[in-house]
Amino acid sequence: MSGAIERVLADLFGDGHGVVRDGGTLTGVARFDGRTVTVVGTADRAVIGADVALKLARAVLDAMRDEPGRPILVIVDNAGHRLSRRDELMANNGCIAHLTRCLDAARRRGHRVIGLVHDLAVSGGFMATGLSTDLCFALPGSEVRVMAPAAMARVTKIPLERLEELSAANPVLGPGVENFIRVGGLEGVWDGDLKARFREALSRPLDGADMRRSLGESRGGRTVAARIAAKVRAGASS
Amino acid sequence: MRVARHSFYEATARKRIDGLLDAGSFREFCGPAARIVSPHLPALGMPVAFDDGVVVGEGTIDGRPVLVAAQEGGFMGGAVGEVHGAKITGLLERALDVKPDAAILLLDTGGVRLHEANAGLVAMGEIQRAALSARHAGVPVIVAIGGKNGCYGGMSIVARSCDWIVASEEGRLSISGPEVIETVEGIEEFDAQDRALVWRTMGAKHRRLIGEIDALVADDVEAFRTAILGFVGRPRPLDLDALEAEHEMLSRRLERFWDCADGRDVWARLGVNDPASVPALDAAGFNGLVDALSGGRP
Repeated sequence: MSGAIERVLADLFGDGHGVVRDGGTLTGVARFDGRTVTVVGTADRAVIGADVALKLARAVLDAMRDEPGRPILVIVDNAGHRLSRRDELMANNGCIAHLTRCLDAARRRGHRVIGLVHDLAVSGGFMATGLSTDLCFALPGSEVRVMAPAAMARVTKIPLERLEELSAANPVLGPGVENFIRVGGLEGVWDGDLKARFREALSRPLDGADMRRSLGESRGGRTVAARIAAKVRAGASS
Repeated sequence: MRVARHSFYEATARKRIDGLLDAGSFREFCGPAARIVSPHLPALGMPVAFDDGVVVGEGTIDGRPVLVAAQEGGFMGGAVGEVHGAKITGLLERALDVKPDAAILLLDTGGVRLHEANAGLVAMGEIQRAALSARHAGVPVIVAIGGKNGCYGGMSIVARSCDWIVASEEGRLSISGPEVIETVEGIEEFDAQDRALVWRTMGAKHRRLIGEIDALVADDVEAFRTAILGFVGRPRPLDLDALEAEHEMLSRRLERFWDCADGRDVWARLGVNDPASVPALDAAGFNGLVDALSGGRP
């Protein structure tokens, strides 16, 4: 997949954009329909370490400082958070939380924050990026998952074959963009004209409410969450 | 009143709530009588719990109205599934309506419940957003960690999105479990059987020393109550200046300690004279050390 994200960025912004790739990270600005857009993200199935999270957070803070309301495109391509002793020693969770709080702050301050999964998003890496956007889409052929099926079979002690059978029937269980669309974790797939898709996502009216539960309910992938959250919010005893 | 210490670590979720809130004040939402269970576990041949492993409701602490959620670490390791997550999200959204003096989350969890993985992961994104919404509405969200499972996975990100974190010496706060790191990266990267290493890397004392948590207490429900009460009604700022200050704090941490291989190296660089003695200090002795170093989150 190496180099493929460059084609996506060129499709969206032409060849003259200022998005710079440094190792696994992408940061910079581009022009779209006459306005500036900040792009932050990762490429080539990067792992999100404490240093990566802070670098992306800096770019989001800069966008907020530089231009109120400037749209932010988050390119999501990761193999999860970095599994290392050093990252844990530095509290990677705190650094990732900081990144997500910056993205959340941008949303609330009127920046439209759009996520785009390119190739792969895994668990904590998806929470660090895609789950903190207003709307998160995926490119065709990409995958979102919590854990690879073989590892999941080991941990849950459910035989792989049985797990795959169950995954096919229940979108809460197995990996895949389609399943994450059904549970409301992804808005949809961007195919065809990327510019038109991005334009639509930027102009869609949103009121800041978290729509993911109701999406999951209407798409039949997460059928009880919306109702139960509403009951608890109302203080219902049963 | 309370003469003997009551271990927070050993207590169930309900006992923790009983010990924290004023006697008789707790009212549970969607409690076990409602039998709201996971719709996914039966298909996998797994047992269900009538509260799906989390107790949510409202009550008072020292007369002040609060919302509280307590994860039951004894059910599936406190892992977050669809119902479990929705209960916590709903509770935090209630904070927008009733404006309590605090929302308190007693976390005891390994993270996502793999048996309903996708629902659990998206639910954690929702919990986090609801926690931040409560904060933006001026309601402080206070986290307590001190159970058997620590606070791992996506919930470790949620915890650090809240205002305050109180933990006992037994508390651990990290995104990856030691076993996961060892399984994927090898025993040279992390020996999960080395409990002392786990505590030096992920334990509450290390987290307090580097400024990830705000109060370290003994493993005592009353000590948790006192520390939590100190944060009730005290929201932290969440504006751009606060985010910049957090960024500065985290960047400085990575600059100062990125080459450290062990928690002891970090503590030595922080000015701790005898890093090897830190694990054995009791809460009072440790807090004396923290005061002397005057560390902490900005």
